[in-house]
Amino acid sequence: MSSDDASLENSGTQTGAFDPNVSNKSRRYFLIGATSALAAVGVVGAAVPFLSYWSPSAKARAAGAPVKIDFSKLLPGEMLSPIQAWRGKPIFVVYRDDEAVEALNEQPHDLADPESLKPMQPDYAQNATRSRWPEIGIYVGICTHLGCSPKYVEVDNFVATKQGGFFCPCHGSRFDLAGRVGRGYPAPDNLEVPPYRFESDTVVVIGEEGAA
Amino acid sequence: MSSPEQQENWFKQDNWFSRSMGWVDARFPATETFEYHMSRYYAPKNFNFFYYFGVFAMVVLVLQIVTGTWLTMNYVASGEGAFASVEYIMRDVEYGWLMRYLHSTGASFFFIVVYLHMYRALMYGSYRGPRELLWLIGMVIFLALMAEGFFGYLLPWGNMSYWGAQVIVSLVGAIPYVGPDLMEWVRGDFLMSGATLNRFFALHVIALPLVLVILVFVHIVALHHVGSNNPDGIDIKKNKGPDGVPVDGIPFHPYYTVHDIHAIVVFFIVFLGFVFFAPEGWGYFLEKPNFEMADPLKTPAHIAPVWYYTPFYSMLRAVTFPLFGLDAKFWGFVVMVAAIIVPAMLPWLDRSPVRSIRYKGRWSKFMLGQFVISFFILGYLGTQAPTDLGTAAAQFFTITYFLYFMLMPWYTRIETCKPEPDRLNFSGH
Repeated sequence: MSSDDASLENSGTQTGAFDPNVSNKSRRYFLIGATSALAAVGVVGAAVPFLSYWSPSAKARAAGAPVKIDFSKLLPGEMLSPIQAWRGKPIFVVYRDDEAVEALNEQPHDLADPESLKPMQPDYAQNATRSRWPEIGIYVGICTHLGCSPKYVEVDNFVATKQGGFFCPCHGSRFDLAGRVGRGYPAPDNLEVPPYRFESDTVVVIGEEGAA
Repeated sequence: MSSPEQQENWFKQDNWFSRSMGWVDARFPATETFEYHMSRYYAPKNFNFFYYFGVFAMVVLVLQIVTGTWLTMNYVASGEGAFASVEYIMRDVEYGWLMRYLHSTGASFFFIVVYLHMYRALMYGSYRGPRELLWLIGMVIFLALMAEGFFGYLLPWGNMSYWGAQVIVSLVGAIPYVGPDLMEWVRGDFLMSGATLNRFFALHVIALPLVLVILVFVHIVALHHVGSNNPDGIDIKKNKGPDGVPVDGIPFHPYYTVHDIHAIVVFFIVFLGFVFFAPEGWGYFLEKPNFEMADPLKTPAHIAPVWYYTPFYSMLRAVTFPLFGLDAKFWGFVVMVAAIIVPAMLPWLDRSPVRSIRYKGRWSKFMLGQFVISFFILGYLGTQAPTDLGTAAAQFFTITYFLYFMLMPWYTRIETCKPEPDRLNFSGH
């Protein structure tokens, strides 16, 4: 069909040539609009596989299984080394001595969220030490600012006190030994507490909830 | 030697050359295109040093595409293989070290050249009408280049690559509500992993180079449509001879082609000096922690992006306080993005009656000067570990950086400018 024939049909006249004054404008606009709308739906539909392709694959999702960490060799005042990983994220296991636990209860530092009101931990860790057991602290070692891994600092993490904690080398955020962030640092939230349960006195399972 | 007229005649005579060109021209606008963009493109005769950087940028683009293609032949894009394959290229592949150093030094030089190219536009008002769109296309090229550099920096899979990318991808997580999911989508995993590396590789070697080449082509088409600005900032098209050619214009070819080839040789002497004698650029071109393989459990003691991102990185870090119920990191992200794209507004911020800094008043000179100083200091601070003093300085210079733009509508109007000349200031050598 030649273009002349097409315009003849669309214009609905018998003149044989395209004439914008005679043609049915609203019908034309409707057809253009309907075609464009359908094309837009098609583009959106076609975009789905291209965008979904970027999401974590089944393999990546399966890699998030729970891990067991044995901390039997950990001494008071230390952080478990080498650092173990869960879902590829570093897990900090710290053994706090009595003095440190007391300091966490007293909150001598100026903290951004001392009561752990933001949901960065399971319910059983919403306390002053942010842990199931006061002396063993378990945190995801990823700074809540921009995802660097903080360093464990044994003493003098905060200027005001002698207490240790975590220091992020990237942008200088400081956390206390319960992973609570100090006020005035770039990190907005406390360190995340992963779901965990103790399998025995010296073994913890990260990634599983449980009674203990 | 034959005179230019005789040469011109030779091209017009009936000989094998004119007959072949006639055959091509009937099928493709070869001569027409050459004349439009080269031999009959009249550029102002007073281009100075700063007018080399556009052509340098194109030279570096070609160099990056060629060396990048060659690197791809031995590079393995996987979390397990990437680091080792780069070491393999460095040690075992014939001239592999040269290809890699050309490419890594090329990346730094790309930014040196592009920053100077942009500084030229700031000095001589090249962003002013009728070149607004030219400037905006250039801004998009700048963004694409920053993305290209960022994706490329992850590929060696060194520890600095890894954590640098981690920091920047985490910025996406600062976007309210959708941030964390979006971050997972960008990474394709719950952490930076081989999946992330592979997609960055795809973007770095296919998508963005293609976008860059197309944008550069469009940039040049726009330039040749409106004509080049010059250090005096006056319009050479206002003053045309009887033949319709601007009296202060000279054909790009042969005058500027030869002029630029000479400059390109000098550029390569400097560039290759770095490639051969200081390819690591004292830790600025290739950072030391990057000679260690990526370790998701160990952040380097001090993280800094490559030098060309540090001014913006400083501004990101400078925001340490929450505002309107949103986190400091969200506002840091906003400030950084704003700092990168605010130059796009220049054509509408500059209200001066003159284009060039040569005829602008004291305020413009002062503000441009302080802007350059702020940019350098922010760049330096971004390479350093954060300290209280450093953060305070970064906050101060972030403000002065933005003042250059935000106060421009006022200081360009109130100052006293010198009158622009009718003809270009130029004396032959």
